[in-house]
Amino acid sequence: MYRILKRESLHPTVTRMVVEAPFVARKARAGQFVILRVDGEGERIPLTVAGTDAATGGVEIIFQVVGATTMALNEKREGDRLSDFVGPLGEPTKIAGLKNVAVVGGGVGCAIALPVARALHAQGTRVTSIVGFRNKDLVILEREFRACSDEFHMMTDDGSYGEKGNVCLPLGRLLEAGAAFDEVITIGPLVMMKFVAQATKPYGVKTVASMNPIMVDGTGMCGGCRVTVGGETKFACVDGPDFDAHLIDFDEAIKRSRLYAEFEREAREAHCNLYKKEVT
Amino acid sequence: MPKFNMDPKKHPMPVQDPAERRRNFREVALGYTAETAVEEAKRCLNCKNKPCIAGCPVRIRIPEFIARVAEGDFAGAYEIIRDSSSLPAVCGRVCPQETQCEGKCTRGIKGEPVAIGRLERFVADWYNLHGGGAVKRPQPNGHKVAVVGSGPAGLACAGDLAKLGYAVTVYEALHVAGGVLVYGIPEFRLPKAIVEQEVGQLKALGVTFLTNMVIGRTLTVEELLEEYDAVFLGTGAGLPRFMGIPGENAKGVFSANEYLTRSNLMKAYREGSATPVLHAKKVAVVGGGNVAMDAARSAMRLGAEEVTVVYRRGREELPARAEEVEHAEEEGVVFRFLTNPEEIVTDGEDNVTGMRCIRMQLGEPDASGRRRPVPVEGSAFTLACDCVIMALGTSPNPLIKKTTDGLETKPRGEIAADERGQTSLAGVFAGGDAVTGSATVILAMGAGKTAASAIDEYCRSKRG
Repeated sequence: MYRILKRESLHPTVTRMVVEAPFVARKARAGQFVILRVDGEGERIPLTVAGTDAATGGVEIIFQVVGATTMALNEKREGDRLSDFVGPLGEPTKIAGLKNVAVVGGGVGCAIALPVARALHAQGTRVTSIVGFRNKDLVILEREFRACSDEFHMMTDDGSYGEKGNVCLPLGRLLEAGAAFDEVITIGPLVMMKFVAQATKPYGVKTVASMNPIMVDGTGMCGGCRVTVGGETKFACVDGPDFDAHLIDFDEAIKRSRLYAEFEREAREAHCNLYKKEVT
Repeated sequence: MPKFNMDPKKHPMPVQDPAERRRNFREVALGYTAETAVEEAKRCLNCKNKPCIAGCPVRIRIPEFIARVAEGDFAGAYEIIRDSSSLPAVCGRVCPQETQCEGKCTRGIKGEPVAIGRLERFVADWYNLHGGGAVKRPQPNGHKVAVVGSGPAGLACAGDLAKLGYAVTVYEALHVAGGVLVYGIPEFRLPKAIVEQEVGQLKALGVTFLTNMVIGRTLTVEELLEEYDAVFLGTGAGLPRFMGIPGENAKGVFSANEYLTRSNLMKAYREGSATPVLHAKKVAVVGGGNVAMDAARSAMRLGAEEVTVVYRRGREELPARAEEVEHAEEEGVVFRFLTNPEEIVTDGEDNVTGMRCIRMQLGEPDASGRRRPVPVEGSAFTLACDCVIMALGTSPNPLIKKTTDGLETKPRGEIAADERGQTSLAGVFAGGDAVTGSATVILAMGAGKTAASAIDEYCRSKRG
């Protein structure tokens, strides 16, 4: 069992937790993920590592409540235990030798982008962070991003905070102005990453997207996480989760991500109703 | 000495009625009663050559255990099996006996062989039901061995080493021990309670199981070598193969591994399970091995109206156990032999609507000695389906190879090991599907046992 050392709501549907998992804490690098199960009957869900503390054995995860499992996870409190927590899985994001990078995060994907920005900053890379949210209430991790960025752009869809518009706006401006990025790293909703890839392509800037597809085991066994990259089938759990964004078949990935949408909705509603019963 | 039973036929295995079992996940084969077991055991002639033993990858002293069954000494029979096999209740259920022990049985020359597998299962179940009795913990010998993977190879290796007094720790990547026995083989063929019992026996022997440990990620083989005298790699075959045909990444196309893992390991077949599985109406399963049979029969139980197994060779070439094919047909699974998929057809939303196939005919024998199927020109047709399950075997998981310096692999990626399981690294042994590619539970167990004796030798020589 894996104890929850810390729990903090970043906003009503996004929560930060630190889970005691010393083996994972010792090894995890930016870009890797864990798979957890909340309880003995639970589903296995992948979540990207948002940070680690080798001294306390803590592994930080930041998640959005989207389905029954994240809902059950969100109900856990400090001191509670999770039944399973395995990792680190996937390949770390490749950052060695990069001098000038734009990190483009969207929504809760920013939680995954942050450790990458931090690791880049720590090795002396010039970091331009561009983060986007739907509105002001959903903004997370701004202070943390500013602390590891040389340049920072805050975007909201409705303009309620920062600049109005999506992340491609400042990215396009910077590229047009001749920004010499070695690489653009993008993490967020599939649609956003697809548009980031389209924005950078004409400029020939290498762009890497972090994929978070449906998976079961996370060790290469199930093949559920397959992504088409440059016409080849890759497994996100062992070959990724990072891939060349200019080669990813995003349209296929978007369709695949919706496979269990209806099940998710039903499970969430079932869980919600149970939850209501418990509190009344 | 009991009188021989000269009936040319085996005692039939009582089974759940096909019409009923095709919609439930309870075990299909119900097992012999004590009376039937004794009668069947009397069919063994205890012949001089004992060809059955040579047919068993772990060399169970078959006529000896069967003689005990004939005498009604079931505990004694269990002790004899247990000397050679760590997982009798499992092997009695999943071994391809027709090509192993029973395939060699003298009684099989004129009539049916002795039902060795059914007797093994009876003995193991009888023992587990009657409390088993306390397992003697061997005297520790001061050596520590790490076993990577808790499937059949790892369990067999761990069991043998523990009996010799080794402190054995088994590292498992998933949240439960058993490997393919829990994620791959369905409940109706191998109840998970049986696997738990067998794992429990190993725990009673002193074996430690650590789940959620992915070797190559959580810890490396190198780190294990710092702490243990030897390491056994029983990591299984790993990555599912796909055909590389158009439409293969559509929604509703699964590897058999994923489909079965969802249903078996994650219990998605149960109402209200947290893990989803697609409840398709018309399912096509591609492949002809045991995994294909398991996937087809699981699909039927998950409510499919039509399940078709599409196999590019003929019935004679099916690699699956005869009993599985028979059971699948009884349950209504349709076989389309000499048929090969060319494309998966989808609608605008990328949902599967069918599979375009071509008919095949058998040509010249290929490298495997089986006649190579070749397409029949102009014979393409579309099979309507809303789900396709690819059961085409697996290729080795690259994780250990990628993270272990100096570990040699074969051209296709399997770990290179000699016949005793020794790899290119001192103190590192390997066996099972990780070395051979997809094979059977019993072959993996055999490899685990062989490696255990090699590890014992290695540790003794190290001790000097």
